[in-house]
Amino acid sequence: MSPGATERLSRLLAMVPYLARRQGIPLAEAAVEFGITERQLVKDLELLFVCGTPGHLPDDLIDAEWDDGHVYLNNVDPIARPLRLGVDESLALLVGLRALADVPGLHDRDALERTLAKLEAAAGETAAASAQVSVEVGGRVGPLAEVREALTSRRQVHLTYFVPARDETTERDVDPMRLLMVDARWYLEGWCHRAEEVRLFRLDRIEAVTVLDTPAVPRPAAQRDLSEGLFQPSPEDTVVTLELDPGARWVIDYYPVESVDELADGQLLVRLRAADDRWLRTLVLRLGGSARVLDPLWLADAVRERAESALEAYVRT
Amino acid sequence: MSAQKTERLLNLVICLLSTRQFLAKDQIRKAVPQYAECATDEAFDRMFERDKDELRDMGVPLETGGNDAWFDDEVGYRVDGTAYAVPEIRFEPDELAVLGLASRVWQQASLAAPASRALLKLKADGIEPDGSSLVGIEPRVRTSEPAFEPVYAAVRDRRAISFPYRTSGSGEPRTRHVEPWGIVSRHGRWYVVGHDRDRAATRVFRLSRVAGAVTPIGRPGEVRVPAGVDFRSQVAALVPPQPTREALLHTRPRAGLALRRRARQTRPGPDGWDEISVPFSDAEVLAEEVTGFGPDVRVVDPPEVRDAVVRLLRGVLATSPVVGGAR
Repeated sequence: MSPGATERLSRLLAMVPYLARRQGIPLAEAAVEFGITERQLVKDLELLFVCGTPGHLPDDLIDAEWDDGHVYLNNVDPIARPLRLGVDESLALLVGLRALADVPGLHDRDALERTLAKLEAAAGETAAASAQVSVEVGGRVGPLAEVREALTSRRQVHLTYFVPARDETTERDVDPMRLLMVDARWYLEGWCHRAEEVRLFRLDRIEAVTVLDTPAVPRPAAQRDLSEGLFQPSPEDTVVTLELDPGARWVIDYYPVESVDELADGQLLVRLRAADDRWLRTLVLRLGGSARVLDPLWLADAVRERAESALEAYVRT
Repeated sequence: MSAQKTERLLNLVICLLSTRQFLAKDQIRKAVPQYAECATDEAFDRMFERDKDELRDMGVPLETGGNDAWFDDEVGYRVDGTAYAVPEIRFEPDELAVLGLASRVWQQASLAAPASRALLKLKADGIEPDGSSLVGIEPRVRTSEPAFEPVYAAVRDRRAISFPYRTSGSGEPRTRHVEPWGIVSRHGRWYVVGHDRDRAATRVFRLSRVAGAVTPIGRPGEVRVPAGVDFRSQVAALVPPQPTREALLHTRPRAGLALRRRARQTRPGPDGWDEISVPFSDAEVLAEEVTGFGPDVRVVDPPEVRDAVVRLLRGVLATSPVVGGAR
């Protein structure tokens, strides 16, 4: 009835073999490895300290020491090997690995296949369920291999980069920092010498890339939180209120919306946030009347003006 | 409370791993100190039964059997060390780095905890990963759909489910009864593929359209996944087919880049504009994209796309309020 107890037991059974093979590992380092606080780690060690083989005389108990900030574990024989992988555990690694193996140019094929074969052996019969889960990340990778090379060799790249929100192509030099994949899209995060700040570039929008001889200047890694996707709200964003007909419901699946309210007849009241006004204008136009801009009024005006002027061309000819 | 239970279960695991003989229940009761606190035999029996189930759920291979072929009425328990442990497979430093990358795929998703524990188990032999060739690579899968966890569990446990589901056109969710076969992430969105009992056919459901609680309606293990079903291609079938037709468009200079990028041909057009041929499969989809560019892109041919654009533009005008006074 208490998932907490078995969850903790799972951790302890993984922790004992790990620590026993790394005698003297600093408390802080071990805590990071297990994703827990040092305080929790000490509590775990205190628990291990009173467990052991039947008899439970001092010599039967697990011997744990951590007084000097380093962990020493002894007398752990029966549980010196980690418990075999559970279904969720082997599935998570197998599915993750197969997804990576699908990405052309990401990593040495041989290393990926070698690892996959060993992992399948280690997973044993628990590997079966992983066939029912699949993650596709390899679709639009753009010049991934070149960017990857620049990142590893720490060299600058020159990009010809397409910006659809502004309907233009730009030229820029970038110091590569990270290669990110979020929602099946690959991005280069880097210091853009043109914008003089850290920017994200979608790889499938890079029209051309040249790896330069110039070494990339090391930059402190930007702490971009990827948990909510890559879209980062900013105070300068335009927040627009739209009324969507049922046919335009897909908008809420595709774009970051602040709020959604159901109205009568399947209509939605949606608040949407965007960094680029031209992008918003384009979105409302392409929805062709199945979206109404309630706010801001200048956006409604801009959309109307563009539609009028576009329609003129057809009526004239 | 919970710490005490962890302690009891850990002592039980150690006890069962340290014996070659099958241990009878009363032997186990004496060997694990926390069982001594059970006031009655019934209390111990109940606790021991629950503990056994929980260990099995965790994947501990608990064996039952008797030591004596002649007197096998007394059931005993033990855990075989070889069956218990991860097989002794040596992962090299670069392989561990690759496994680390695979586990980080889930870092912000619901399988984060099992992924990192699996990695720690495989690193338990004391070999440290060498990730120098993978520095700066961060692939992430998200499972932001609230339906992910229950649907994933149902797929894993082969258990039928029902859930309210909203199709793209209608607002009213309808309850669907599904035998889930597989769960697939494509273009960053999760889908479940399975047998739809209401429609008596194979269907694909997008998890973001599940509009409420996912309820198990069958027993675990009941769903039979047909051999040879390719979940990925089932989901892939949802995306538009390859373009087979071509449209002729006029674009203002340096405008309509998204269309130009996939144009088969670009040549000078009238009034300093460009003329481009763009492949497409669905006239309506292309018309929407063209409409987005407003007065910067015009359709010349085919009439079907041109008419659709005109209709969309009229739709915009019909619904957008005239601001700043009547025109």
